[in-house]
Amino acid sequence: MTKNNQKDKNRVLMVGNHIIGQAAIEAGCKFYAGYPITPQNELTAYMADNMPEAGGVFIQAESELAAISMIFGASVIGERVMTSSSSPGISLKQEGISYLAACKLPAVIVNMQRGGPGLGNISPAQSDYFQATKGGGHGDYHTVVLAPNGSQELFDLTYLAFDLADIYRTPVLVLGDGVLGQMAEPVTLKPSFKHEKTKVDKSWALAQTKNKEPKVVKSLFLEYGALENLNKELKKTYDIIESNEVRAETFYIDDCEIILVAFGATSRICKKVMMTLRNEGLKIGMIRPITLWPFPKKIISDAAHKKVKFLVVEMNMGQMVEDVRMAVFGKSEVHFYGRTAGIIPSEKEIIKKIRSLS
Amino acid sequence: MKKIFKKSPLLLDPVTHYCPGCGHGIVHRLVCEVIEELNITEKVLAIAPVGCAVLAYDYWDFDTTEAAHGRPLAVATGIKRMRPDLIVFTYQGDGDLAAIGTAETVHAANRGEDLTCIFVNNGVYGMTGGQMAPTTLLGQRTTTCKSGRDKKRDGYPLKISEMLAVLDGVCYIERTAVNKPKNVILTKKAIKRAFVNQIEGKGFSMVEIISQCPTYWALTPEEAVDKIENEIIKETPLGVIKDV
Amino acid sequence: MIRIKIDTEKCKGCGLCIKYCPKGLIVESKKLNKRGVYPAEFVRGKDECTGCKSCAIMCPEAAIEIIDDEKSNDKK
Repeated sequence: MTKNNQKDKNRVLMVGNHIIGQAAIEAGCKFYAGYPITPQNELTAYMADNMPEAGGVFIQAESELAAISMIFGASVIGERVMTSSSSPGISLKQEGISYLAACKLPAVIVNMQRGGPGLGNISPAQSDYFQATKGGGHGDYHTVVLAPNGSQELFDLTYLAFDLADIYRTPVLVLGDGVLGQMAEPVTLKPSFKHEKTKVDKSWALAQTKNKEPKVVKSLFLEYGALENLNKELKKTYDIIESNEVRAETFYIDDCEIILVAFGATSRICKKVMMTLRNEGLKIGMIRPITLWPFPKKIISDAAHKKVKFLVVEMNMGQMVEDVRMAVFGKSEVHFYGRTAGIIPSEKEIIKKIRSLS
Repeated sequence: MKKIFKKSPLLLDPVTHYCPGCGHGIVHRLVCEVIEELNITEKVLAIAPVGCAVLAYDYWDFDTTEAAHGRPLAVATGIKRMRPDLIVFTYQGDGDLAAIGTAETVHAANRGEDLTCIFVNNGVYGMTGGQMAPTTLLGQRTTTCKSGRDKKRDGYPLKISEMLAVLDGVCYIERTAVNKPKNVILTKKAIKRAFVNQIEGKGFSMVEIISQCPTYWALTPEEAVDKIENEIIKETPLGVIKDV
Repeated sequence: MIRIKIDTEKCKGCGLCIKYCPKGLIVESKKLNKRGVYPAEFVRGKDECTGCKSCAIMCPEAAIEIIDDEKSNDKK
């Protein structure tokens, strides 16, 4: 996904937050509501600057709660919508995300994570993994979670997020962090993957002139069994997503003794570590989940056996490692190394940890 | 034989879930009559609140959606900004509009969103069993202020209509009641006005409707409508609060 | 002659129509409806119904229709 044509006139240098904004506009996002929070403010500003020209609507909401409800409103009438925030703000948005999931409304939500819990700090972190991948809000639901690790993926996955949201009628999370949001890298401002305009049926949307009967979009189901039916329907969709949409990148997993597992910004450090150690002759590979939900369980499970050890590296106290353990299911040792609260693990630290394993 | 009064066809047939004497049924009917008379059925999109009126979509024959508790005006903002051709209104109770949704209410009003807000104020949380609401009057008894609302402990009833009236984005606020025929007629007039304002693109309009909740006022329906007449509208007088 | 027609099965017996009928032409029925309430009932009285609509306007269930038997059918 990250191969680019260097001579492409669409190729520019841009900060991650702006890339997401441009990807959303390219994908046909027509409504954006946001609220200031560091480190994603550049995205909100980008949308304020560029949405009107793109024929869309920008609103600075009075809160995250209002912003997510505003995009609920625009989604209910069938528009492509997005909101963005960073960790504490995403906690507030969980109310609306749960409602979007229950009402089967497409929406894209961007979380450029920062250190937590609480107000935490404004430095990059990956500590919202649990919140992002296990539902986040109340109730029986999942959101698709896409984890870019660089400029082109910020563009591609944001673009893809709108398609997935429409196809599966679900909220989709783009889970980045402060590093990815603030860092400027070259990017080609069109999807680098093969993309066909997805034609999606939106006859469920309200206020469509072709609707003959009045429609209701709601998430309250009081009649016996009605809510269970909805949850079963959602589960069916989630099963399809799990079988169709798993994305991961793998390196040398058939020829290694140690497999690193990392996503997002951390995966770039790990890739560097892998290359360094392979040059030294250490048999080391890597799995990089691109979709955190659906999680690449099978890829990890298939790579696990007695002679390989896993090392999961995250910018948190150990969250994705639980899913890796579940996938490995005792077939391999699973170790963890993490720095948290806005501290980025260095190559040196990771190498030290790897050496301690062998 | 001629029917000189029958219900609007926009009001659907099911018997409502509301308690006997509840004012919601009256307001539901008035909203339907106004929409029918203004001939805007095709363009109307309603947002039901969380609270007693959450099931409003079971009784209305036009497109309706739901919002999280307190957020109808944010949802309405998203819809109206995207589709200014639609006539978008929220139907909210006092807990929804003036407690958990105060921020959304104030800011939608302040932005001057071209919306119509039907605010049904009965001074109590009905759906959850009669707790104290932001608009519960001093001395009024609820399950969470059994000896009556106490200003020291619970603060004062929130005068949300008066608060909103000072905002420049607001074009029309009127307080009415549905406790007697004359007031119901005036309420309908006010609702119509609030919709016409939106059609004319004038900004934010709200009608605060004092409504009876016999069940959680622990009164008969007759006593409840008398309470509005003799007590409540003395504290919160009816009439136009803002009209520009 | 003007009369009112009450959908007695919809009626929850709140009594607001009874309270506001200026001519006292609505009473509580002696027969329970299927909901188990005594619904409102239109009766003949000393005065005739003037079609003021107070009852219908106050009915939270919109269960009251007002009919003028002397006027012709709906134009439609």
